[in-house]
Amino acid sequence: MNDASTPSDAPTPGVDEMKAKDRTASNGGPLLEVEHLVKHFPIKSGILIDREIGQVRAVDDVSFFVNKGETLGLVGESGCGKSTLCRTVLRLIEPTSGSMRFEGRELTGLGRNDMREARRDMQMIFQDPYASLNPRKRVGQIVGDPLALHGISSGDERKRQVQELLERVGLNPEHFNRYPHEFSGGQRQRIGIARALALQPKLIVADEPVSALDVSIQAQIINLLDELQDDLDLTYIFVAHDLGVVRHVSDRIAVMYVGKIVEIGPAEAVYTNPIHPYTLSLLSAIPIPDPRANDSREPMVLEGDVPSPANPPPACRFHTRCPFATEICSEVEPELIDHGGGHWAACHHPLHREHPEAVREATPGEGTPT
Amino acid sequence: MSDGGHLLEVEDLHVSFDTDDGVVKAVDGVSFTVEPGRTLGIVGESGSGKSVANMTILGLTRADDANVSGRILFEGNDLAALDDEGLQGTRGNEIAMIFQDPLTSLHPFYKVGAQMTEAIQAHGDASDDEARERSIELLKLVGIPDAERRFGEYPHEFSGGMRQRVMIAMALTNDPKLLIADEPTTALDVTIQAQILRLIERLQAELGMAVIMITHDLGVIAEVADDVLVMYGGRVVEQGTRDEIFYDPQHPYTWGLLGSLTRTDRPRRSGRLAQIAGQPPSLIAPPDGCHFRPRCPHEFDKCPQVPGLEARSGTRDHLDRCWLTADQKRTLRVVDDGEIGLEEPAA
Repeated sequence: MNDASTPSDAPTPGVDEMKAKDRTASNGGPLLEVEHLVKHFPIKSGILIDREIGQVRAVDDVSFFVNKGETLGLVGESGCGKSTLCRTVLRLIEPTSGSMRFEGRELTGLGRNDMREARRDMQMIFQDPYASLNPRKRVGQIVGDPLALHGISSGDERKRQVQELLERVGLNPEHFNRYPHEFSGGQRQRIGIARALALQPKLIVADEPVSALDVSIQAQIINLLDELQDDLDLTYIFVAHDLGVVRHVSDRIAVMYVGKIVEIGPAEAVYTNPIHPYTLSLLSAIPIPDPRANDSREPMVLEGDVPSPANPPPACRFHTRCPFATEICSEVEPELIDHGGGHWAACHHPLHREHPEAVREATPGEGTPT
Repeated sequence: MSDGGHLLEVEDLHVSFDTDDGVVKAVDGVSFTVEPGRTLGIVGESGSGKSVANMTILGLTRADDANVSGRILFEGNDLAALDDEGLQGTRGNEIAMIFQDPLTSLHPFYKVGAQMTEAIQAHGDASDDEARERSIELLKLVGIPDAERRFGEYPHEFSGGMRQRVMIAMALTNDPKLLIADEPTTALDVTIQAQILRLIERLQAELGMAVIMITHDLGVIAEVADDVLVMYGGRVVEQGTRDEIFYDPQHPYTWGLLGSLTRTDRPRRSGRLAQIAGQPPSLIAPPDGCHFRPRCPHEFDKCPQVPGLEARSGTRDHLDRCWLTADQKRTLRVVDDGEIGLEEPAA
């Protein structure tokens, strides 16, 4: 599968290499494997003739895998490509190049009908529970549509299944005939989850599923997703910019910056021993809701803004904001390499080796018990 | 103020709006004070009344369908009693406000510089050159690089973080004594949020402003606040110093907020998050008595009466609206794993 073209000058390791060194794959190996995935959007100009004047390199040579039954957390700031990556994995957006395998079956190149069939096993939950439900359809229809589309059930049988699903996500089955506007944000997100569950998928890609919700409702939805995972043996790709939420739900974490995965590994390792300076800066940028723990650290505050993926900095894309950057960082793109225990990072100056003091300063002392 | 009194004192503020569905009681008897140079954090979910209360301070909720009562004393003057013209001397001069979304707060058709000089000239007679000079000085103060060039650019040429800096620069035009920041970092990425929080803290230290920081994020509160109000359903349910709220919380809603948090510095909890069940109350037909009652696992027969905001924990300025005794609270707020949270007490 390594014949996919690699656009950048630095080779990223293939999935096979990553898997070989992974020790978290205990229960049955990967469900999804993504290899050298690239999605470039053309930037066009001109009135009559569309000339392509550039490319937004939204996802630029990304490889990773997701094990059966685990949650892979995907973090990064807006514009880093995490949403594009999710949509490309489900082929809601066609990849420019690269390969995706679901249970060993290649997804790129599948025809429309085969892909629809394949998507039964992979469903998505969206961020905005207002925009992702059709306001003119009743809840029963919204949740029942996947069953109808795939010809799974009809009539009373479908209604019964939908009501079961509503109950499963904590909604009143009698609300079958209501419209989305009659529900609160948290309840709407539950409707979105019921719809995603309708086809009994194996993989659920949740793109910022709790960002639009109030704190107390966030906890309800996180708990619901957690319960569903245990009961239905689901695998999640969980995208969020809230690193606290991601730490709570994830077994492994991938950190993206301007179209690249810069660090990926077991959640505990990434949080307690970050290797890439960007990961550390993300972690230390989040205020800890515990004043003493928060005061006991010296956060690493980055200067400047996230670069545009239409014009990413050469070599290491983080070198323009990185406090540890040296000459090599602007000249040679760092490879994603294994630092032990399935913990990969792409950095010329890995923190644990070169700047362990930076990690210590930015991490709170022994957290005070609340 | 020289006598060390309150900079701002809000007393029994009520704000309601007449709508087709009924009267929305957005703010229901809110009182608080802001001291010079200090930061008051106001935390609450959507619909808790935190934004409406603060917009009312600046007269921004004045409309035919709005009913406002109560007193808003700023350095001793009652702003609620002033007409719009009278308020103009304080609004934008001594009290400034910044909002969540820096894109919609700036006019897309006008250059940033033009919008800044307009604000400066609206509050005093500065010549064009003076206003320009002051604008550039302010842009530099809030850390915008290359301020002279940026002065002539349009809002769309600025990133989200830079736009919020522009809004802060505009708010600082007249050296306000109080800056009201309504979710100023909610729309921003985390690394940019850290920059803006730093900036507000630096400016506060340099300029000696008081700040009201309105947020739903207890992390932001932990980072910047000296004192904290917790709002729920239009009322203040708990008030205290930052450490009192985090380490000795008295109201079950505060326990629920603290319990439902996820943290970057703690491993995955073994169990579920201690969630708050149910939905926030309707402000048209709120429950009788304590507004949190329908969601509270510790409800008992006294809760249908409204508890006053009183010092029940034994510390003078630590106030809460919950009928439970201080001893009961100390026991009930500790959940299974020894942390603070909101759970059904074990039988």
